[in-house]
Amino acid sequence: MIVTNIDHVPGQNIVEHFGLVSGSTIRAKHIGKDIMAGLKNLVGGELKGYTQLLQESRDQALERMIAQARQLGANAVINVRFSTSSVAQGAAELYVYGTAVKVQ
Amino acid sequence: MTNLIIFLSLMVLGYLAGSWAERRHYRSIAQREAQWIHLPAVTLPQAGIAPGTVDHAHLVSGSAVISIDYFKRFLAGLRNLFGGTVRSYETLIDRARREAVLRMKADAVGAAAIVNVRIETSTIGGHGKRGNKSTTCLEAVAYGTALYLKDR
Repeated sequence: MIVTNIDHVPGQNIVEHFGLVSGSTIRAKHIGKDIMAGLKNLVGGELKGYTQLLQESRDQALERMIAQARQLGANAVINVRFSTSSVAQGAAELYVYGTAVKVQ
Repeated sequence: MTNLIIFLSLMVLGYLAGSWAERRHYRSIAQREAQWIHLPAVTLPQAGIAPGTVDHAHLVSGSAVISIDYFKRFLAGLRNLFGGTVRSYETLIDRARREAVLRMKADAVGAAAIVNVRIETSTIGGHGKRGNKSTTCLEAVAYGTALYLKDR
């Protein structure tokens, strides 16, 4: 599966469009990581636990989007966008969407 | 009295540890930016690369979650009274974004260019009400399409 965030796949032609595909995941913080983050909030700096958590979640959202595209019979997803929103205290939603296409 | 002592020691700790970490982070950012200078990351969908020479392309991304120290948060709170530039938060966001871009570049080893780069920022965690213990931190995500050239 080819995933790009430009409106085409370089070197290949789009032969069919399948429309919007998306994937999302909502993750809550781990209590242990939250305590560590609370301590880290005193001295500032990077919260590695959160970076890793969000990165994993984003990969999962991407995988879900790719699975949806595969189900439609697409072999590429173009114009992919990421978006993050906090839905509740301590939980974040990671949303990935794009256009499923068939390229040749 | 005890509260005041705790507050003051947190301020001193935040100031010392925070400014030390910031200086160190900026040094590391400058060094890695110099190292990745040959890989252009542009916001345009094309980077002057002829379409015929591209072998394959894929999505690359990088992110960083960064929080502010106690001392700077207090300064920003004071700044809220008078208005104006909140410089302590500026460096925080700047660090998060540059770190995210560098990680995105590290994800694109061997690429000729990264095109259509988008940078997004969001706050995660609590609602940042001053004085309570909610952890407010900031996430910066950078993503783009890495272009790899054909072997000649």
